[in-house]
Amino acid sequence: MDLIAATAQWLADPLNWQGPNGIPSRLMEHVALSGVSLLVAALIALPLGLWIGHTGRFSWWIVSTANAWRALPSFAVIGLLVPFTTVIDPDLGFTLYPTLVAMIVLAGPPILVNAYQGIAGVDGELVEAARAMGMKESQILFGVEIPIALPVLATGLRLAAVQVIATATLGATFGFGGLGRFIILGDANRDNGELFGGVVLVAMLALATLGAFLLLERRLVSTGLTRRAAG
Amino acid sequence: MNHEPLVRWDWLFAHLGPIADRVGQHLYLAAIAVGVGFAISFALAAISIRRRKLYPAVTVLATAEYTIPSFALFAALVTITGLSILTAEIPLVLYTIILFVPNIVAGFDSVPWDVLDAADGMGFTRGQRWWRVELPLAVPLVVAGLRLASVSTIGLVTVSAILGQGFGGLGYYILDGYQRHFTTEILVGGLLSIALAVVADMAFVLLQRLLTPWAARRAEVR
Repeated sequence: MDLIAATAQWLADPLNWQGPNGIPSRLMEHVALSGVSLLVAALIALPLGLWIGHTGRFSWWIVSTANAWRALPSFAVIGLLVPFTTVIDPDLGFTLYPTLVAMIVLAGPPILVNAYQGIAGVDGELVEAARAMGMKESQILFGVEIPIALPVLATGLRLAAVQVIATATLGATFGFGGLGRFIILGDANRDNGELFGGVVLVAMLALATLGAFLLLERRLVSTGLTRRAAG
Repeated sequence: MNHEPLVRWDWLFAHLGPIADRVGQHLYLAAIAVGVGFAISFALAAISIRRRKLYPAVTVLATAEYTIPSFALFAALVTITGLSILTAEIPLVLYTIILFVPNIVAGFDSVPWDVLDAADGMGFTRGQRWWRVELPLAVPLVVAGLRLASVSTIGLVTVSAILGQGFGGLGYYILDGYQRHFTTEILVGGLLSIALAVVADMAFVLLQRLLTPWAARRAEVR
């Protein structure tokens, strides 16, 4: 009960909600880093996944590589990036870039693999029918394949987003702020309220992200697909 | 950091002993987690296979747990279990369960009904059928779960370095190297922990070949 009371007290303290070390600014840092890395990862992985899904070219190699990347431990990736990013920028290369790049590495594979599987899983007869109707390859991709593959594509983005939000807490160990900072400081200062406050905030942010993506998926996916699945 | 060479080989060669100890600690922490997690997951999977209604609850719990970073779990447990080995093992075991249970359940689901009927028709008892038919046929997906869980656990062991010197395996070098601005240490810790994950992954592929020789033979015939 002490833990819950201490956590509630820390979360309710108005002092913790202001200034550059307050909850709103740490939350913004966390969201900004996660958002940017997700965006960059999507810009690289989505086109690549769609392309190999549509053409089938190099798909085995690229998907295997992406799956191998999935096994890379983020803690090791952040650490390994430090010596190289510090050469580029001694300050931000020591605090921001390692976590940012590691989160891009983390988010890429699920987005790519799902984009590939979504497109490759579209019924070949539908694609042939579209081609026979005289649709161009780009029209087939954007008009037929992507709408049908959308649930799978969205799942990849959702997995990546939740993983990045949760894992970005590691950045606090490597000089980046974000919500992980409260966990580090709470641990160092033996302040359980701050420590568990940080844990609660990260978990809530991850759950909120999960919920937001699920809602968005429901909005975006064509009713034709959901009706077929239901009936 | 800028005036140092990327790798100080003299440091590396002077620390081969401690590095080997850290590799041992890394494997020890990971092996306990995978072993205990596997045992718990097998029980959970067995229950979910018999009582299907429980399975959605298991998956929802697993998803909820996935939103809590390992980093946060390690730090939070210090306040409850102190700096004991439990603090490192509880989160590691929990994360293996998320990966194990769906794979084990899918493994036993993948056994075709006609095969089970044939076994019954041949007069196998339930125990014989489970041991000689269901388990061997479920092995590929169960081993797939072992591969995923061991690779992920080897990665997560590095995070336990935040608990202090007595933890983290090779992660200790990553964190210590970062804090001391000492590149050699970071590279040793980072590259060796990735290498451990790769070796573990290959070891389980080999194990699967040994356990299910018929799978490879069938692929050759085709």
